[in-house]
Amino acid sequence: MDHIYLDHAATTPVHPEVVKEMVPVLEGIFGNPSSVHHYGRQARKILDQARSTIAHSIGANEKEIVFTSGGTEADNMALLGVARQEQHKGKHIITTSVEHHATLRTAEYLEKQGFEVTYLPVDKNGFISITDLENNLREDTILVSVMYVNNEVGSIQPIQDIGELLKEHQAYFHTDAVQAYGLLSIDVNQLGVDLLSTSAHKIYGPKGIGFLYVREGIQLEPTQYGGEQERKRRAGTENTAAVKGFQAAVELVNNEREGRNHQYNSFKTIFMQGLKEKGVSFTINGDSQHTVSSIINLSFPGTNVESLLTNFDLSGIAASSGSACTAGSVEPSHVLSAMYGSNDERTTNSIRFSFGIANDEEQVKTSAEKVADIVNRLTR
Amino acid sequence: MIYLDNSATTSPYPEVLESFRKVSESYYGNPSSIHQFGGEAEKLLHKATKQAANLLKVDSSELIFTSGGTESNNLAIKGIALQHQNRGRHIITTQIEHPSVLEACQALESHGFDVTYLSVDAEGKIDMEQLKNEIRDDTILISVMHVNNELGTIQPIKQIADIVIKHPKLFFHVDHVQGLGKISLDFTHPGIHLCSMSSHKIHGLKGTGLLYIQSGTTLSPLLHGGGQQSSTRPGTENLAGIVAMVKAMRLTFEKQKHGYGHLIKLSDIIRNLLQKDDRIMINTPRDGAPHILNISVPKFKPEVVIHALGKKNIFISTKSACSSKHSDESAVLAACGLGMERTHYGLRISLSYQNTEEEVRQFCKEFKEVLDELNEVMR
Ligand SMILES: Cc1ncc(COP(=O)(O)O)c(C=O)c1O
Ligand SMILES: Cc1ncc(COP(=O)(O)O)c(C=O)c1O
Repeated sequence: MDHIYLDHAATTPVHPEVVKEMVPVLEGIFGNPSSVHHYGRQARKILDQARSTIAHSIGANEKEIVFTSGGTEADNMALLGVARQEQHKGKHIITTSVEHHATLRTAEYLEKQGFEVTYLPVDKNGFISITDLENNLREDTILVSVMYVNNEVGSIQPIQDIGELLKEHQAYFHTDAVQAYGLLSIDVNQLGVDLLSTSAHKIYGPKGIGFLYVREGIQLEPTQYGGEQERKRRAGTENTAAVKGFQAAVELVNNEREGRNHQYNSFKTIFMQGLKEKGVSFTINGDSQHTVSSIINLSFPGTNVESLLTNFDLSGIAASSGSACTAGSVEPSHVLSAMYGSNDERTTNSIRFSFGIANDEEQVKTSAEKVADIVNRLTR
Repeated sequence: MIYLDNSATTSPYPEVLESFRKVSESYYGNPSSIHQFGGEAEKLLHKATKQAANLLKVDSSELIFTSGGTESNNLAIKGIALQHQNRGRHIITTQIEHPSVLEACQALESHGFDVTYLSVDAEGKIDMEQLKNEIRDDTILISVMHVNNELGTIQPIKQIADIVIKHPKLFFHVDHVQGLGKISLDFTHPGIHLCSMSSHKIHGLKGTGLLYIQSGTTLSPLLHGGGQQSSTRPGTENLAGIVAMVKAMRLTFEKQKHGYGHLIKLSDIIRNLLQKDDRIMINTPRDGAPHILNISVPKFKPEVVIHALGKKNIFISTKSACSSKHSDESAVLAACGLGMERTHYGLRISLSYQNTEEEVRQFCKEFKEVLDELNEVMR
């Protein structure tokens, strides 16, 4: 049986083109970028080129890109870094109740350290309200962290409006763009963000590499010390080959973004059409407009997540209940709880399907049929 | 090409690359996902962790994969300090640790911790009596590296661990980044609580490291997020990097069994050939690790020597790569109390099991020629 992978929001396969770009670096350019000899300089050049491509992809300059070990580290670096550096200006932070755990758990940690955190609620479609944010802004607010695209329902937050609102405020603006990068076109200046996190393994790059964009002039207390790397903002021997792979993934995005969005949107339509044809009753969690093309989160009344996922898996469909990091335990989704209230049955009968370049139309049709059969069987 | 800068980083073994590629291509699921793809990735992660645990003779639950030696050191030191600060805020380390240890300690100092930096003798060794005397009621952590990255000096880790077990409140962290696969360390010693390792120093890939955390030792994580690796180190696991590291460990441990004598032989050849030249002073002690040889060539600017050797396709280094951009002086040699003529003119030759006798002989020959040529120019 051929398994069909509909969990691209959890992680993506490495693009063959990316592997191809990484191999020569892995094999031939193994020097330590800090070494002054030929091998070191060769490796340094790879880093410099990648940094430039990546900076341009979000309208930033090279100095503003700090490579990290992934999205989790980037989020931590932003929150902890700002909190520790700016605490003399205030100890209040605003974020949302639907962030990824990399942000939420860090915010909770900061609460234990004496910071005060406001978690903005979201409406039924998963959006925060700008007025709400405005009302919660205080003189001692030092950081606002709002994710660009939610990893469970795909909702796109009004980042540019938030950037606009914060223009005249001391608070730095961080956005977790891990799920946005690769699908939305991003310009940090247009958006008015000060800090932005990404992760390569969500865009067909290798695992273990990401970056934090840090607007020039912003000082962060590092989470990791011990060397001059990344302008002293992130010590540790640079992961040259992974950085090269990240660059290759970004270059692919630059060329293919529109095509991918177009394709995923049509997958979405085909998928839902397939379910409807088989008479499956379902509702869409979140908004159907302001969401990314690749993620669709559906509620199947009268079912429960665990039996759905087990049955899907047995029939070769890989989907998920939401964030992979908590999927192991299949707890009720904190995102759906925030949208509908924790007693709503949608928190326990919803599945996230996320499309990607590993899919084709045929697969999407087949999955819709299989999903429909299982749901129908379970609800009959 | 003669690459003698293996303490900065090593070239990955072909088998390591093969593993990395295979896992990248075939096991791309997120180990936390509960479907088939995730399940396969998770199984492989468990298998790799188990293999690493067997190689180190520890339990799988005692190993945490990180992004490298720097993160492992930071996690160990800051993790213990923050978790146990109620018991005391004093830390003991040495003056010649890697910057990832020194700067983590300095950061803690700025947060109100008290750090003692043990001095070392001319060979880079700490004094056990001094160490014993510095232990106070409020000491919570001792961090001492096994093999020094610039000098190759081996610290008496077992003796320190023996002392540590007499102090139930005390944790002991060992930076084993340069020792792994070269100088064995007994991980089962109850007095060793934490130990850092890095993949790219043993022919693995950059971006993966390990931290051994003895069962029962608790620490505060550096990062917060999904529950990966028992929440001690959240973030989607770099499975391909992890499998590659375990492969590199297995291969390196095999080489250590049969090739250790080879390293000693190479080291002796270089020592003997260079010793005859009275322009050259050897800084690494006789009983140091055989893969690192630190020398000083007074009056010859290290960068100039390195550059000249580079033209002949021979690669050695000045100080540790991480601090190459600093001023000329080696902080490690200075801590050894050596004079200016040595501290400003240090060079490091570092070997791997792959280097050959011909290579090191050739290096010695060309090295002397380079000095001769430069001598002409300088005159
Ligand atoms: C929105 C979001 N932020 C952060 C992360 C964490 O990224 P990483 O897995 O690279 O640590 C993820 C993915 O798990 C995510 O979806
Ligand atoms: C003794 C020692 N500790 C720690 C490190 C840091 O390891 P990494 O480069 O994997 O961050 C190094 C190497 O740079 C080292 O030599």
